[in-house]
Amino acid sequence: MPDPAIEIENLTKEYPFGFLHLKKRTSLEGLSMQVEMGDVFGFIGPNGAGKSTTIKLLMGLIFPTAGSARILGKPISDVEMHGDIGYLPEQPYFYDYLTAAEVLDYFARFHDLTAADRKDRVDRMLRKVGLETARKIQLRKYSKGMLQRVGLAQAILHDPKVVILDEPMSGLDPVGRREVRDIILELKKDGKTVMFSTHILSDAETLCDRVGVIVGGKLRGVGAPGTLVDMKTLGMEILFELTGTANVPLLSKATRTGDCYRLQVPEEELYAAIEQLRGAGAHILSVSQVKATLEEFFMNLVEADRAQGAAVEVSGQ
Amino acid sequence: MRRAGVVALNTFREAVRDRVLYNLVFFALLMIAASVAVGQISIGIEQTVIVSLGLSAISVIGLLISIFLGVALVSKEMDKRTLYTLLAKPVRRSEFLLGKFAGLVLTLAVNTAAMAMGLLLAMLYVKHSLERSDTVVLVAVYFILLKLALIVALALLFSCFTTPLLAILFTVGLYSAGLYVQELRNLPIEVMSPPMSAFTKWLSYLLPNFENFNVMAMAAHGRVVPGALILQNTLYAVVYCTIVLTAAAAVFSRRNLK
Ligand SMILES: Nc1ncnc2c1ncn2[C@@H]1O[C@H](COP(=O)(O)OP(=O)(O)O)[C@@H](O)[C@H]1O
Ligand SMILES: [Mg+2]
Repeated sequence: MPDPAIEIENLTKEYPFGFLHLKKRTSLEGLSMQVEMGDVFGFIGPNGAGKSTTIKLLMGLIFPTAGSARILGKPISDVEMHGDIGYLPEQPYFYDYLTAAEVLDYFARFHDLTAADRKDRVDRMLRKVGLETARKIQLRKYSKGMLQRVGLAQAILHDPKVVILDEPMSGLDPVGRREVRDIILELKKDGKTVMFSTHILSDAETLCDRVGVIVGGKLRGVGAPGTLVDMKTLGMEILFELTGTANVPLLSKATRTGDCYRLQVPEEELYAAIEQLRGAGAHILSVSQVKATLEEFFMNLVEADRAQGAAVEVSGQ
Repeated sequence: MRRAGVVALNTFREAVRDRVLYNLVFFALLMIAASVAVGQISIGIEQTVIVSLGLSAISVIGLLISIFLGVALVSKEMDKRTLYTLLAKPVRRSEFLLGKFAGLVLTLAVNTAAMAMGLLLAMLYVKHSLERSDTVVLVAVYFILLKLALIVALALLFSCFTTPLLAILFTVGLYSAGLYVQELRNLPIEVMSPPMSAFTKWLSYLLPNFENFNVMAMAAHGRVVPGALILQNTLYAVVYCTIVLTAAAAVFSRRNLK
């Protein structure tokens, strides 16, 4: 068994606040977990859960109150190992007087690359994140989504072994999100380890080998996404078209927009419902799964937490 | 070291793309041009007037740049969070600081050189020729640059542990105090109480001593600056900057980013 890519042990971060910084707020409490080599690991939790805090601790941007962590077997205080790590901060921002090509070239200079290699990589990265037409534009004129793309490009520019992304999909349109997903899958194919944080459950579900759930600074469970209990589907949604009125009892439960209907049924009743609708001459447009929203998922966690007075066990295997 | 160099060049590039800087240098050149007009009214002492006014302009503009940009070097990168991605590269915080410092000193060197060129041109215009003794003006400009490097180091240190506004106030305060170090040393410490005299003595060594960097009077009268003073000032600036930057690195290396 090879060493884990990321090992976190009892990592804790307190922020002082209030008068003379006498009070302390715990943003992260005794986090212990591992991310295995070659895994895509999703770090999920609502806003303010402590995801960014954890990632900033891992990158040495802030320092732990207690605990330790290792990446690729090296302690996080060792800056040299950053050569093997890529990092995308939350809402990245760059020198706005530089162009995308310049900022990438600047970052590339911190790695031991020849000038030709640097140029080649910058070109390839700009193409990969879809910014080659905007490469000569100063970053002050970039939109949030474009900056996010620059951030992604600089994170993978030096071919790192471990890539840590803080909310990589935020600020992106659906096409952009799709592209980020593809990039993450490509990294996985190349044998890289990816850890990314998100508050969007479906992103984690479709991409991750394993996820860790964090709420209120505490890890609530780690496991394969399907094994996390509350992430099961709530039912199926059928979108269909029906002209005129037909005598279908199911119709009363559907929401109507013009000739379009939207109907939610339990998973086991899906086929019966479709047959009924087909019989009435409906034209089925789409069928999709309905998942618990993240709020519901976490509300369940928080409520269960309160009820039991202890951490909820949601871990899978 | 190489990585600090990369940071330095980018800091310089940022300054080159900043219009405010050109305006300031342009303003200094304007003052030098104006001093030519004033100098011509005061017949016989043109040289003195032009050199004094010119060096003052270079010094004041340099001070403005070094205090304000010096404080902004680190605090701006923290506020805008451009530091996040940079510190995630294999670069030490001390290397980052050194690079920032070197980048601004390089910027100041180029600006000061441009302003000095303007001053020499003004002198040439008035006197129609430059003599060997006029090199003293260059020495004076060099001393101004050393002084500015010291101020950048101090501004950087303060910005590592306090807000930009306070850092500016501290730097200005320390600079002003540094102008009077000689007076402090000349105080009759024998008549003070022992703790007071010890405090005064320590303070006079702790404060940056800018007295020796001011050779404006010598330059204005075309007197020669002794080589020993050049060496002494250079060494003083190097040692003082090293100590201040080391302190800054010690503070900054422990600092949590926002
Ligand atoms: N610099 C800071 N000072 C004080 N509190 C902070 C600081 N940064 C984060 N926090 C607090 O820590 C908690 C976790 O924040 P964060 O890690 O950013 O959450 P997430 O990324 O999961 O949304 C929040 O309650 C936040 O208010
Ligand atoms: Mg966050």
